[in-house]
Amino acid sequence: MKGWILAFVQTGLFVFGAPLLAGWVKWIKCRLQSRQGPPPWQPYRDLRRLFNKEVVIAESSSTIFRIAPYLIFSVTVLASSVVPMVAIGLPTSAIADVIVLVGFLALARFFLALAGMDAGTAFGGMGSSREVTIASLAEPAMLMGVFTLAMTVNSTNLASMIGFLLNHPFQLYPSFVFAAMGLVLVAVAETGRIPVDNPATHLELTMVHEAMILEYSGRYLALMEWGAMLKLMIYGVLLANLFCPWGVAVDFAPLPLVAGLAALTGKLLVLGTALAVAETGLAKMRLFRVPQYLGLAFILCLLGMLSHVILEVS
Amino acid sequence: MFWNLACLAVVAALASGLLPVFFSRSDAAVRTVAFGLLGLSGLAGILGGGGALLGGLTITRVLPVGLPWLHSHLRLDPLAGFFLLLVGLVTLVAAMYGPAYVRQYEEGPQPLLPLTLFTGLFVAGMNLVLLAADAFSFMIAWELMSVTSYFLVAYQHQHETHRRAAFIYLLMAQVGGLFILLGFGVLAGFGGGFDFAAMTAAQVPAKWATIAFLLAFIGFGMKAGVVPLHVWLPQAHPVAPSHISALMSGVMLKVAVYGFIRFVYDLLGTIHWQWGGLALFVGSASAVLGVLYALMQHDLKRLLAYHSVENIGIIYVGLGLSMIFAGTGHPQLAALGLIAALYHCLNHALFKSLLFFGAGSILQQSGEHDLNRMGGLIRRMPVTAVCFLIGCISISALPPFNGFVSEWLTFQAALQGTALKSGVLGALIPVAAAVLALTGALAAACFVKVFGVCFLGLSRSERCSTATETARGPLLGQVLLGLLCLLFGVLPTWTVGHLETVARQFLPEGMPEATAQGWLWLTPISPRVASYGAPLVLFGIGLAWLLAWLWLHPPHRKMPVRVGPAWDCGFGPLNARMQYTATAFTMPIRRIFGPVWPIREHFRPASAEEPRGRYDLHIDDWVWLKVYQPIGRLLLATARRLALIQGGNIRTYLAYSFFTLLFLLLVVSL
Repeated sequence: MKGWILAFVQTGLFVFGAPLLAGWVKWIKCRLQSRQGPPPWQPYRDLRRLFNKEVVIAESSSTIFRIAPYLIFSVTVLASSVVPMVAIGLPTSAIADVIVLVGFLALARFFLALAGMDAGTAFGGMGSSREVTIASLAEPAMLMGVFTLAMTVNSTNLASMIGFLLNHPFQLYPSFVFAAMGLVLVAVAETGRIPVDNPATHLELTMVHEAMILEYSGRYLALMEWGAMLKLMIYGVLLANLFCPWGVAVDFAPLPLVAGLAALTGKLLVLGTALAVAETGLAKMRLFRVPQYLGLAFILCLLGMLSHVILEVS
Repeated sequence: MFWNLACLAVVAALASGLLPVFFSRSDAAVRTVAFGLLGLSGLAGILGGGGALLGGLTITRVLPVGLPWLHSHLRLDPLAGFFLLLVGLVTLVAAMYGPAYVRQYEEGPQPLLPLTLFTGLFVAGMNLVLLAADAFSFMIAWELMSVTSYFLVAYQHQHETHRRAAFIYLLMAQVGGLFILLGFGVLAGFGGGFDFAAMTAAQVPAKWATIAFLLAFIGFGMKAGVVPLHVWLPQAHPVAPSHISALMSGVMLKVAVYGFIRFVYDLLGTIHWQWGGLALFVGSASAVLGVLYALMQHDLKRLLAYHSVENIGIIYVGLGLSMIFAGTGHPQLAALGLIAALYHCLNHALFKSLLFFGAGSILQQSGEHDLNRMGGLIRRMPVTAVCFLIGCISISALPPFNGFVSEWLTFQAALQGTALKSGVLGALIPVAAAVLALTGALAAACFVKVFGVCFLGLSRSERCSTATETARGPLLGQVLLGLLCLLFGVLPTWTVGHLETVARQFLPEGMPEATAQGWLWLTPISPRVASYGAPLVLFGIGLAWLLAWLWLHPPHRKMPVRVGPAWDCGFGPLNARMQYTATAFTMPIRRIFGPVWPIREHFRPASAEEPRGRYDLHIDDWVWLKVYQPIGRLLLATARRLALIQGGNIRTYLAYSFFTLLFLLLVVSL
């Protein structure tokens, strides 16, 4: 019972912490670009504003358009509930392993792409087409990356993976290095950050995610935006806890939990800063350069897997 | 009792074909009797097959028909029962779907009778293949299935493309049948008899076992449609009536998979891991090439046909993994691979037939089969759209629907590749997993395209904007299949528990761990390694949805929604031609994977005779261009050479007969 309560609390933390991470990245980025920038808690204000606004939907849109925000948001929330954030051993993490997690994100994307095509505008179709193209290259790379870890610990369960790494003395596996590099590239592509997509753009030729949600407004838009922030947080927590698991609580005593939360916050702030630095230093790629970028991610993950099979299996 | 039900499935299907012959005057009577009996056959198949599977029964009967020295052996065991259940399910839905669907043929140039006659015989043939327990009955039933389905593909034979597709189908079915016959021949030679019991008991040397395996692999692969033996599929499925496409793609391909499993696991028995390697390679190639070719299609049924190639590939990946594990002494993992493959057979039968039925409804109601002329159908055909959406989600392997479970199990089997001692295999199996991951992602992309272009947006043609919802029978069938897709996605533990019966039939161990944690949890190897709580996933999505909705819709507060025109950038009204088409949607993928397809692209800018400009795009199949066409040309050239002996002169022919006779006498006397 305690486990379930903790799981709910952790999911709540995840959901309500996600806007802060997005705000943090934006604030650091503005600072790096010598701009004043909105405060890190600005996303909360934006969401609140959107929730209170009237919804306008296109007359050519169908039911898909109206259920998609709820579905995307709830699937992403469920996805976030299975990712071990401050503690492992929570009952929710047994619901889904990492393959199912990728499946959740794919389900959300499926409906996001459909919602983009629903109103029958050129932008929506353009965004959907680009999104599924990028995803169809990123998803296998992501699975390859996590399979590398899964083969090392002989488990696809996220909690088991983190538990294994915590229980064993630190060892630098070559396969992990490759997988980490690959997964970072995938995470940038999947969360729609520079250099693959630009969350701040509204320029027709470069939009991907923004093109799909162009027709949304009011609370629907808020749910879509929140879903995207959650996705960023999911990838952040995954990278932080899989490749740097120290600090994650292994039991449910108060002190380790607080320490776990503090450690995770620190790790996410560092990751967010790194993302802001990268976004400031890099320019957005052309769409047809993205396959090379994701091909690199795939090759890195494949190399990780092969180096595991060749070097690490005894 | 289950045996009687299985027999009833065969007899009712035969009757559904033959009885209407006696009152062919009235189309209504033909429809009622044929589809009523077909439904009965389906129901009997479900009950009989399901009973044999759930009860783990094996029932053997010998019927005194057939050759004088070889009575017809029949057997119903869990494997046959499982596939009987599949055939029954899709047959039942086809019987619900058919009566309204075939109405469109009543004004056509063909009478209805051939359609119902051959449908009944076709279903009976499939059921008999599953029940046959000797090579002779098996081949008779197999040929019954192949030949009757040829007539079904050729039903609208006034079109040249239909005749051509049917001919290619028949040709490949016969060549495949020949290979299967030779495979049985090898086993019968060593077993000393044609019944399966003798073949199972035969001691086949490893070399001959491999030869028999290869013959069966090609023979059954040709029917199942693995690359490069798949070329008949994308030609035959689009031209057959839609409920026949659903039966052919949904279950006839599964009957071929059944034959392969029966041949390898039951008759050959001792499995070599190299065979598994071949199946894994061919399966991976089929999966990824199938989905890549499907992405480029804009004819809906042709696209679905290529997806059958993809899904058969996934099934073969599961079987290949299972055979590798079985050959290297890991029976538990072999059971996992086999169960994944069987589960995918079930899922593919459900969602592919659902999609074909949906495509048939669209074709019937709007007259369109080209995606680029559809659009906005969700408003005209809402129930069909929801069912089709369920099919799309299932085939894209997204949780919590059924396609995901079987792909998840296949991944779990692939990830256990590290259990193998061999380094080469250990490195190759993860690559197969990578290919599978790519396949899944591309399939999702393809079905976003299909659903988005077909059902969403604005109508691209007049007929689509005036289409109406289809009749009640077809809708009921599709709703049933949609519910089953959800059910088998949410209750995987129960399903896997029963599929284990089939695995135990051939492998020394099953997967006791998979179902050990109760009905909520599916844990194929152990809870530590991987777990999936499918019912909880559905519950979790529902809960999160409810909470979000309640939060956004507080009581005593109106949450208005205003409807306005879509954003047009201030340039004036949008029209249907501004939307992305199916071709445009996949353009980035076409550019990325360019060399995979032979693409002929032609663009003519606006000119005097072509005021709007013109863009043509043709995408062929490399296998067809580079393998089949050269073979065809070679055959024709050889035939032309041989035609020299056909002079047309009666005396020459008599001379041939005379010399042949002399030669035979010589042979006999030696």
